[in-house]
Amino acid sequence: MNIWEIFVNYYDYFLRGTRTTILISLITVFFGFLLGCLIALLRLSKNRLLRGFAGIYITVLRGTPLLVQLYIVYYQLDFIPFPKTTVLDVALDRALPCAIALSMNSAAYVAEVIRAGIQAVDIGQTEAARSLGMTGGQTMLRIILPQAIKNILPAIGNEFVTMIKETSVIQYLGVSDLMYNNGIAASGTYNPLPCYYISGIIYLILNLVAGKGVSIFERRLKRSDR
Amino acid sequence: MTDNGVLIETKGLKKNFGELEVLKGIDVQIKKGEVVVVIGPSGSGKSTFLRCLNRLEEPTGGSVIFEGQDICAAGVDLNALRQKMGMVFQQFNLFNHLTILENITIGPMLVKKESQAEAEQTAMRLLGRIGLADKAKEYPSRLSGGQKQRIAIVRALAMGPDVMLFDEPTSALDPEMVGEVLSVMQDLAEEGRTMVVVTHEMGFAQKVASRVLFMDEGQILEEGTPDQIFNHPRSPRTKDFLSKVLDVI
Repeated sequence: MNIWEIFVNYYDYFLRGTRTTILISLITVFFGFLLGCLIALLRLSKNRLLRGFAGIYITVLRGTPLLVQLYIVYYQLDFIPFPKTTVLDVALDRALPCAIALSMNSAAYVAEVIRAGIQAVDIGQTEAARSLGMTGGQTMLRIILPQAIKNILPAIGNEFVTMIKETSVIQYLGVSDLMYNNGIAASGTYNPLPCYYISGIIYLILNLVAGKGVSIFERRLKRSDR
Repeated sequence: MTDNGVLIETKGLKKNFGELEVLKGIDVQIKKGEVVVVIGPSGSGKSTFLRCLNRLEEPTGGSVIFEGQDICAAGVDLNALRQKMGMVFQQFNLFNHLTILENITIGPMLVKKESQAEAEQTAMRLLGRIGLADKAKEYPSRLSGGQKQRIAIVRALAMGPDVMLFDEPTSALDPEMVGEVLSVMQDLAEEGRTMVVVTHEMGFAQKVASRVLFMDEGQILEEGTPDQIFNHPRSPRTKDFLSKVLDVI
């Protein structure tokens, strides 16, 4: 079978796998961002314990392979009775630990991006705000974060695009994402090479769309500082 | 405020950065309506002194009493005190993501809970005074350095402060823009505003100051009227400094 025949015969597998990949990516990006914000705040906290915890978290999560983290989370959390049901032909008892592991991993990178973005805002902005009598919280929310977001967003965009690709590791836990279904097509046709081309093209399209979305959002933000 | 009209008083004010003693015990009284100009060589601690007055720098020792309250005391409402001490920085520090109008109104609205209409009215009146009302909707990046600094002064004034602190307000400006900023400051002085000004502008000090402090190596070496300091300096260190800065022209 040539590449076109494979796609025609197996497009259902590729599309359903793609759907899973997109869903897992969105979940990861969302929770990874939330958790990343929290870790970044801990990292910038005045409390040494909190700061230390965040530092260790970031070091460990960035210093070990995602695949190792995935297996550790999966086996470590096996005491949690995840629902055995299937949603959009994804087994939740496998997909949920994957989403947790991916989010935790993403959060470490996001946290560093946010910390760097906040620290890149000139200290003079904080001093000016505090000298007007603003509280630390007001200064962060109204003065620092709105400016930091412009430093942060491009890097976060990259992180999201990376995450879409990284989700491919979840095939090893039998979650039927794009790469898992790619394997089904490959073994069904005895012709793996075209399958990988198809998957590669799909990942590329996903990332082009995601990248475009991020750049549109960035342009919106830039309007405020022409 | 205490009865004798003292607005700010420092007693044995000290500040160390690690091993380095930047302030070695400063005793100063600043009275209501005074324009106190602090001069001295770079690294003499002038800016640190000014920044200790509203606790942007944490003093290592001694005390700063503002309107009868020790600003370093435990439980003091620092934000409430800072509202009454306007500060102008060398680097302007306008909020880059806000328009000029928003720069001026954010303090009164957020901190003093003024309504937007009220805050904008004050802002426009003050902008009108410095001739920049037409810039209200612009962002800081569109302004010259001199304009930015005049806006920064207005931003501090909008809080209705009891004292204005100026930290080398003209040092980051192109020479042709220094005059416009100094003239705004002179207007404020003539209105009777209490001001503490750290500057290298000796002309301003001579013309506008009610009192000049000469600082060197973390201490106040000499203080007096502009005439005393500039025409009859007593300390050799003051003479030496003045001969260097005044001979430039």
